[in-house]
Amino acid sequence: MMDILNILLSESFWAASLRIATPLIFGVLGALICERAGVLNLGIEGIFVVGAMCGWMAVWLGAGLWGGVLIAALAGGFFGLLHAILTVPLGLSQHVSGLGITLFATSVSYFSYRTALPNVSSPPRITPFQPLDLPILSDLPFLGSVLFQQTALTWLALLMVGVVWYVMNRTALGVAIQAVGDNPDSVDAQGLSVYALRMGAIVAGSALMALGGAFLTMSAFDAFFFGMVNGRGWVCIALVIFASWRPGKALFGALLFGAFDALQVRLQTEMGALVPGQVFLMAPYILSIIALVIAARSADYPRALLTPWFKGQR
Amino acid sequence: MPEQVLSLNGLSKRFGSVVANDDVSLTLRRGEVLALLGENGAGKTTLMNMLFGHYLPDAGTIDVSDEAGRMRPLQLGHPQAALAAGIGMVHQHFTLAENISALDNITLGSEPLLALRRDRKAARAKIEGIIEKSGLKAPLSIPVGRLSVGERQRVEILKALYRDARVLVLDEPTAVLTPQEADTLFENIKAMTNEGLSVIFISHKLREVLAFSDRIAVLRHGVKVGELETSAADEKAIARMMVGAETPKVSRERMAAGAPVMQLKGVSVVGRSKRDTLQCVDLEVRAHEILGIAGISGNGQNALAQVISGLAVPTAGAIHIVDSEISKPTPQAMVSAGVGRIPEDRHREGIVGAMTVAENMVIERLGDMQVQSRGLLRRDAIQSNAKKLAKEYDVRGPGVTAPSRLLSGGNIQKLILARVFEHAPKLILANQPTRGLDMGAAAEVGRRLLEARERGAGVVLISEDLDEILGLADRIVVIRDGQLTETESHDRERIGLMMAGEAA
Repeated sequence: MMDILNILLSESFWAASLRIATPLIFGVLGALICERAGVLNLGIEGIFVVGAMCGWMAVWLGAGLWGGVLIAALAGGFFGLLHAILTVPLGLSQHVSGLGITLFATSVSYFSYRTALPNVSSPPRITPFQPLDLPILSDLPFLGSVLFQQTALTWLALLMVGVVWYVMNRTALGVAIQAVGDNPDSVDAQGLSVYALRMGAIVAGSALMALGGAFLTMSAFDAFFFGMVNGRGWVCIALVIFASWRPGKALFGALLFGAFDALQVRLQTEMGALVPGQVFLMAPYILSIIALVIAARSADYPRALLTPWFKGQR
Repeated sequence: MPEQVLSLNGLSKRFGSVVANDDVSLTLRRGEVLALLGENGAGKTTLMNMLFGHYLPDAGTIDVSDEAGRMRPLQLGHPQAALAAGIGMVHQHFTLAENISALDNITLGSEPLLALRRDRKAARAKIEGIIEKSGLKAPLSIPVGRLSVGERQRVEILKALYRDARVLVLDEPTAVLTPQEADTLFENIKAMTNEGLSVIFISHKLREVLAFSDRIAVLRHGVKVGELETSAADEKAIARMMVGAETPKVSRERMAAGAPVMQLKGVSVVGRSKRDTLQCVDLEVRAHEILGIAGISGNGQNALAQVISGLAVPTAGAIHIVDSEISKPTPQAMVSAGVGRIPEDRHREGIVGAMTVAENMVIERLGDMQVQSRGLLRRDAIQSNAKKLAKEYDVRGPGVTAPSRLLSGGNIQKLILARVFEHAPKLILANQPTRGLDMGAAAEVGRRLLEARERGAGVVLISEDLDEILGLADRIVVIRDGQLTETESHDRERIGLMMAGEAA
């Protein structure tokens, strides 16, 4: 027990939790925007891969780090647009389209990577985002090393929580997105375009998801590997329900998952002799299923989620 | 002669081979209440959807007066253009987002979407001004999902007025209101027309049309068949215009009630919401009587219907059908005890749409030897049975071997009537049996129910249409918050108050 307490009190544990949570924050916010508008985006897992690949590739080809971030977002937005066209004006099954996007986006990413680098045995490395060493703040006890030594992308993720909250709750656009996810007729009757709102939300949400992927290759690691996204997209789909589609709770959920994951790595090294390592690997997922079961019972789903809407049919 | 504000010129619209509107012309004057009257499927809603730009007419034009009073052609097929021209529409099915507040619903679409800030204060002030003038009171700040039906409807009207509507279209505005709420609504409308608003309201209730409109236009089969001043109208003439012939008046004679066919003793159902909850209810239905259950929708009618049809198991209390107690209520047990069920949602609960008309007619008694032998369906017997019933109950459509979902609503209901009445049930549960039916089909349902009563069945008639209950029921029970109160009087005013919970 003392071991766990020691871990929980250590600065490196909390810094790791925030680092692990960062791609999830992007992903949950992205999924949240799509679902608030009434469209489930199961393309998220593939869009993570696209973001990771494109961001890394752009930097490797000399676009600069922020150039890479921009290109990752654009690539995510492109696959989001594909999902949007299939599910909004064409009204196809959001599950089928989303899974298709995930398979397609993943394969295209691997294919481009292999085509660009046919003969490499170890993946080429880039210089990733470095921790922002903020003067004075970084020297604060505890907080200094937890917060103020994260990279710029983590700060961007935290900033996006506030931005998404503000847009959703304080602007006319956010109110319209909430309305279109609850009852598209309400938006149509007031002369707004259901299609434009939903498609716009999917493209914006997908761009955010891609940033989650970009964080992996441009901040957490410095290269692109096959299988590196490893289900993070799916975790976001669960977290958005846990968060009841609220940005603040989304941040909390992502941090909680990050903390479980950081804890499991440390417990593995401490207690690996007693318990098989796989048990610890499972732990974050089992705990998130438990959290989801508790939260999902009272979850307030956007009423029009998964329901296509067609103009002139009522 | 007051100035014109709107004129529809020769509008036509067809959907496939169905003509919904054929060369319909209408004018509306300033400050006037025009009632658009017609049976279900007469084309009223289609006409208004063209006016509001939801449908593009196949032929015809629309002119609307601008602020200076000049008539200008309206761009067709664009709700945005209709809104800009000062036309507001309140749909029968509310178009409100329930997760945002009334204020947000009202201002939705009238603010620039990409602005970083909203001026909620100014919006609130303007809405409160409108509320003051019109008397349409509704809470503005809480999510619309928590408002009552009456409040939601007022929010819908406020939506239109907020956009400076000069023409307001109300599609069946009273369908979901208590009689008192309806009266208040019409008072509000009067207040608004005095301010210069012009109103078109769609209805098939003659009583309110005669009481509250200035002028009446009647549609039948997509064609305008009459237009007259309300002061010169009488109920009979209008009804004849709507149906095209004298309405078959349902007549009923007094009849002494017989032995009880159903008793509920202290029955409670704990549901997830008010509509699924019953609180310790006692109810007795006897042979030769129709018991009307009046109430605003969502007050436990659903729970009561589910108990009687065996779909819900009461958490307390006992159910007796004829002489025997039903200890384990299941749909099967209820049917074999002699309960016939006419469900509320006939498309979803009344039929299996993908199965044929003939199959749907025997679906409740698949174990019957006339339907199957040794587990195999007797197709010939099923089909000849269906043909006989279709003739007897006048079920029209593409034939008994066609999927039943191809039938119209009225014919689906006749199919269900045939299935239920064929086996002389002792108790009949009729849940909203005429909702959405035209006058002819509704009269047929009433006639069949009275016939069953004469034969010795007991009928539980659940309806939101008070006129229907007053016309058919021997006794009336009001349902509110999952509790039943019997009423001696057949006075609609008093029953209305009870439905609203304002009188014992």
